[in-house]
Amino acid sequence: MTKDLDNVVIKTVSRILVPFMQVFSLYVFAHGHGSPGGGFQGGCIMAASFILLGVAFNLREIGKRFRERNNALMCVLGVFIYTGTGCLAFLSSGNFLDYGTLSDLLPIDSIKARYYGMALIELGVQITVMAVMLSIFVDLVTAGRGEDAPEDTE
Amino acid sequence: MNKLAALPATLVAGGFLFYSTAFFPSWGDPDQPAGRHVSPRYIEKTLAETGVPNAVTSVLADYRGYDTMFETSVIFTAGIAVMMLLRGSR
Repeated sequence: MTKDLDNVVIKTVSRILVPFMQVFSLYVFAHGHGSPGGGFQGGCIMAASFILLGVAFNLREIGKRFRERNNALMCVLGVFIYTGTGCLAFLSSGNFLDYGTLSDLLPIDSIKARYYGMALIELGVQITVMAVMLSIFVDLVTAGRGEDAPEDTE
Repeated sequence: MNKLAALPATLVAGGFLFYSTAFFPSWGDPDQPAGRHVSPRYIEKTLAETGVPNAVTSVLADYRGYDTMFETSVIFTAGIAVMMLLRGSR
């Protein structure tokens, strides 16, 4: 899989497709409040764009754009954002994950506070899903050797 | 022989399952038991209470936020488990 396929059609098409997939992923995430979509779906599309890069070029191409170390950190960051948003409600003497009480701290009413609290936790879901999907793919393809896999691995 | 004995048992159990489908609520019935407990409240109050027009998102992220938090944790745990299995042995 790390071997370079050297097919100009596949490489060109995926190079053009990847930015569109990433913008579409952010669209699905941002429109989760008004239409089908949200963190899980957006994160999967974002991970698919990186996986497409890895399939069309090689796994080093993913590593060049997105370090594996940062990917592992982002697995944790997403869950941290989610639980952190839940704990923010403690500051205004609310219950865990009760974003409505955040209106005491911010200059918005409680309905808007719920709206943006949901957007924050969807962001956490998106980051975790994206990072975990990518890390599972890289681990399975390289049998756990990550981006240090030798060049001749199929 | 065991396979032959399993056949009537499968047919009887499958027959009961098919028979029980006759008592299901009809498709889209608003009075079905699953639609009479908390669903009306979610559908009526979602926009007023959360400001989100999509009831699926408000149930997922607000009314059932605790559930979604552990869904995210399950995905995270799956990623860590794959890392442990494939990388941990070296």
